[in-house]
Amino acid sequence: MEPMLSVRNLVKRFGGLVAVNRVSLDVYPGEVVGLVGDNAAGKSTLIKCVSGVYHAEEGEIYFEGRRVSFAAPIEARRAGIETIYQDLALAGNLDVPANIFLGREVKKRYLGGLIRTLDEDHMLRESQTVLNSLEIRFPSLTVPIDKLSGGQRQAVAIARALYWKAKFIIMDEPTNNLGVVEQRKVLELIRRLREQGVPIILISHTLPDVFAVTDRIVVMHRGRKVTEKRTAETNSQEIVQYMVGALDDTRAQLQEA
Amino acid sequence: MAAESSSLAIASARTARQKQLVLIVSRVWAWVFLALLIAFFTASVFSTSGGSVNFLTLRNSQNILMAITPVLLMGLGQTFVIIAAGIDLSVGWVMGLASVISALVIADLVAQGMAETPAIVLGFVIGVIAAAIPGFINGVIIAKLRIPSFIVTLGMSFIARGISLLLSGGNVVIGQPPGVRAFGNESLLYLISGEGGGLYFLQRPNVTGEALQRLDRILPWPVVVTAIVVAIALFVLHKTQFGRHTYAIGGNREAALRAGVPVDRHIIMLYTLSGITCGIAGILHTARFNGGSSIAGDPLMLPSIAAVIIGGVSMFGGHGSVAGTVIGALIIAVLTTGLVMLNVQPFWQFIVVGIVVILAVLIDQARDLIIGRMESQG
Ligand SMILES: Nc1ncnc2c1ncn2[C@@H]1O[C@H](COP(=O)(O)OP(=O)(O)OP(=O)(O)O)[C@@H](O)[C@H]1O
Ligand SMILES: [Mg+2]
Repeated sequence: MEPMLSVRNLVKRFGGLVAVNRVSLDVYPGEVVGLVGDNAAGKSTLIKCVSGVYHAEEGEIYFEGRRVSFAAPIEARRAGIETIYQDLALAGNLDVPANIFLGREVKKRYLGGLIRTLDEDHMLRESQTVLNSLEIRFPSLTVPIDKLSGGQRQAVAIARALYWKAKFIIMDEPTNNLGVVEQRKVLELIRRLREQGVPIILISHTLPDVFAVTDRIVVMHRGRKVTEKRTAETNSQEIVQYMVGALDDTRAQLQEA
Repeated sequence: MAAESSSLAIASARTARQKQLVLIVSRVWAWVFLALLIAFFTASVFSTSGGSVNFLTLRNSQNILMAITPVLLMGLGQTFVIIAAGIDLSVGWVMGLASVISALVIADLVAQGMAETPAIVLGFVIGVIAAAIPGFINGVIIAKLRIPSFIVTLGMSFIARGISLLLSGGNVVIGQPPGVRAFGNESLLYLISGEGGGLYFLQRPNVTGEALQRLDRILPWPVVVTAIVVAIALFVLHKTQFGRHTYAIGGNREAALRAGVPVDRHIIMLYTLSGITCGIAGILHTARFNGGSSIAGDPLMLPSIAAVIIGGVSMFGGHGSVAGTVIGALIIAVLTTGLVMLNVQPFWQFIVVGIVVILAVLIDQARDLIIGRMESQG
């Protein structure tokens, strides 16, 4: 099977700092891959290269078999890669439909398209539908979303990705700052996305979450990918050893060579 | 257990109702305040004049509307800019620039023998464009070079001031054909009250003497123009994608950018629009006072920002409405007119406007505080 996303020898520097150091990574259709590592390991930087926020200095990215190089996040989105960022990237002063449709608002046309108004009813209905399909319920969709809880906001971000027919979803610490109940709900959402066949890269510091929903785990340490394991064939202790740098497959390879 | 949860439900229903109440109060206080203000001035003007002067007359209402047009026009552009988390401090002198340039162009064209109407139309169009240009430049510098709007527009304010003073030589630009003054002072409707009177549309009745005293202008052209701009602003801010993106940029610029909103282009358009509304205020000033004045807008800049704040636009961006700015401008105009009619020193208006501005922000904060407290309890 062809990988849906293939990252080859990616390098990203910030001045003298090599934030991502020759990292390669494949993600196959319908797969959830966990990306873990200590703070500043380079996880966010790696996925930002994929989603068009940063431009990698070296290496290639292939999406659906084609070489891609996104100049801006919107290009990655157009290609079908939706990223749910650590900082969520929602407008807190706007309501749920306004956020789901932000930048892609549905309009009603008058006078042959000369005058175009927002089709609020349509956007509200569609938002309701996609949230229902994820079995998410809000008391009201028309309050500013900074009045919602962290988990509800996370659900809005996920619903937005789903609504726009994301072919590929990247989540950067989606359960951060959430209560226990809400964390569980988000994990449930990830499983539901997986059932719908959408491949996901999940970045998280919470190993039990990673073990609960992923098929494969990739560990980064100081910009390098130090290992990649099938979730079923590893355990937390082993992953932690890789995270802190006590274990390192690339070093082992170097020594073997 | 069941009793406990039902009493909880009652309590939460009560806080929900209280929350609703707080929200309603914070939303309508400005209207109520305006109504109280009008009632107060009506009563006190009536009593201090021994019943001979009425505040609530048709003529006075038209005066108030005339008085707010420039403040409101500048405030409308400013509303968009501030909702997008920026500020435009150049509005006053850009308005003056438009006033001077329109008057210069009209005087020049007429002197060269152009017919009156095309000369006036051309002069006004060029005046508005002359105001759009500094707005556009503001927008480009703010969006592309990421310099704070506060600084860029402050600089632009001085530049516009210098240019308009150089162009006008520091004097009022005169030499306007009669049509200019007519546009600034004639109206859509005329009413002659009392005997032999009537309502006249577009055409000013040819009356003299005592009948002229009874002639009222209803909806002077500057008010009509401003009303049209208000209607457009209402529509654009609250019904279109452009308005939605304005709120989104003010709420979370990064989120808007990642969602594919053309943020830079939008910001450039916002400051250009602000320039255009100042330009309209400028040409209306030329028309009303029959000449171009570079200092026309400077004293109106702070009142226009005050109107926006009284109207509930958050200086942090993301919140506000066109209706709020209209109310804010009305409150300032009613205050000013009322105090003048009461024969108090007109300088009191500044003190009262200042208090109202601070009060407006206090009410907003009190709302957030009260609602926040309710939520953390509930
Ligand atoms: N825009 C930037 N400019 C300069 N350095 C940066 C930038 N973004 C990230 N870095 C640096 O690159 C390194 C990797 O950061 P990155 O955010 O990718 O780590 P991370 O694995 O996502 O960490 P965390 O788990 O804390 O989110 C860090 O040393 C960080 O300081
Ligand atoms: Mg990170």
